[in-house]
Amino acid sequence: MIPGSFDYHAPTSLDDALALLTEHGGDAKILAGGHSLIPAMRFRLAVPEVLVDIGRIPDLEYIREEDGHLAVGGMTREVALEDSDLVNAKYPLLADTARVIADPLVRNLATVGGNLAHADPANDHPATMLAYGASVVARGPNGSRTIAIDDFFVDLFESALESNEILTEIRIPTPPAHGGGAYLKMERKVGDYAVSAVAVQLVLDGGTVSSARIGLTNVNPVPMRAKNAEAELVGKAATDDVLEAAGRAAAGECDPSGDLRGSAEYKRDVTRILTKRAIRKAVERAKGGN
Amino acid sequence: MGITISVEVNGTTYEREVEPRTLLVHFLREELRLTGTNVGCETSLCGACTVHLDGLAVKSCTQLAVQADGAKITTIEGLADNGSLHPMQQAFWDEHGLQCGYCTPGMIMAATKLVEDNPDASEDDIRHGLKGNLCRCTGYQNIVKAVASAAKAGGAR
Repeated sequence: MIPGSFDYHAPTSLDDALALLTEHGGDAKILAGGHSLIPAMRFRLAVPEVLVDIGRIPDLEYIREEDGHLAVGGMTREVALEDSDLVNAKYPLLADTARVIADPLVRNLATVGGNLAHADPANDHPATMLAYGASVVARGPNGSRTIAIDDFFVDLFESALESNEILTEIRIPTPPAHGGGAYLKMERKVGDYAVSAVAVQLVLDGGTVSSARIGLTNVNPVPMRAKNAEAELVGKAATDDVLEAAGRAAAGECDPSGDLRGSAEYKRDVTRILTKRAIRKAVERAKGGN
Repeated sequence: MGITISVEVNGTTYEREVEPRTLLVHFLREELRLTGTNVGCETSLCGACTVHLDGLAVKSCTQLAVQADGAKITTIEGLADNGSLHPMQQAFWDEHGLQCGYCTPGMIMAATKLVEDNPDASEDDIRHGLKGNLCRCTGYQNIVKAVASAAKAGGAR
């Protein structure tokens, strides 16, 4: 299980990296943390002719708040999210997510940008970023553009990024007071992809959920928002009946396929339950229980 | 097309030409003949290939050797000091933290970093910290005991 041959470039500036991507077009792949790409190359599921390693470009690893959002550099390692006091204090949904991605050794190298750009519905950050209503900054030869996360996931393993664009930053709106979120994942064993996982980010107004976004992991061919579940929740108090209705809506609108992790039916039911639990936890956090 | 890389492994600097597709674990084993690092699942699940790369415990099967150009690496061979075992190695010996031994180098590399980062690691911290390392003999009880005992003895050194 050795990857196929490729030409390797390790540019030290974004401009050089973009020039390489433009020159090689669809034959090139971007190498970030490598924890999705290298296994895919070993299985020969990916056979790029050229690798552009963006790991030596400075200033792509950071976590900071600015202008009402959390800015996360594309090359930020998962472990940095886990260790960040800011993330743990104000972005519990993100902190929850980082802790359940693969295992600690993988998280030392795997990147947030790579997790999103791979556009794998089994990855964990897509659902979380959908729930946050995040946006993604893509740098191309003609400058940067911002892509709303709702427009980012196009198809299985296909994002809105052009072949000569690099995901440089993720922007997560800072939750308002009385905002809360949670990520709950069920996995068969450590390091496995989710059977199902649910990301919830909501805002409470008194006893009422005034807004909510819900993202689902690994129960649809494309990372998805559970919009019907959101609709069951918004404008209501999070009573047991409302939670059940939201859970049922999420189970109904996802489209899992049966595999080693369980039948489609089973995955729908896990999704129903995780949706309820994640909403409950998000509500508790919004009330300040954390 | 070969690329020349320079890495410091267990205190010695090596300059070698490698094919870009060479994985770090194969570079260590086949080029440097440091065969203590094992190849297990080859898919970044099992942790048998764990080494320290610039101060982080990582799976060397999911890293290209060219990515490690300029890095400082420690493998299991680099832990013992002049023939005396590292406290973590000693603890695995004392507590019988191994059965077939295949996962042991990776376990010890992950565990030394775990205890270095968190000298007061609880049993729970140890179990969570070793999530990326599988023991197919299922000898986890003694492995956790060994790591706890090394932590207690100030095992990070």
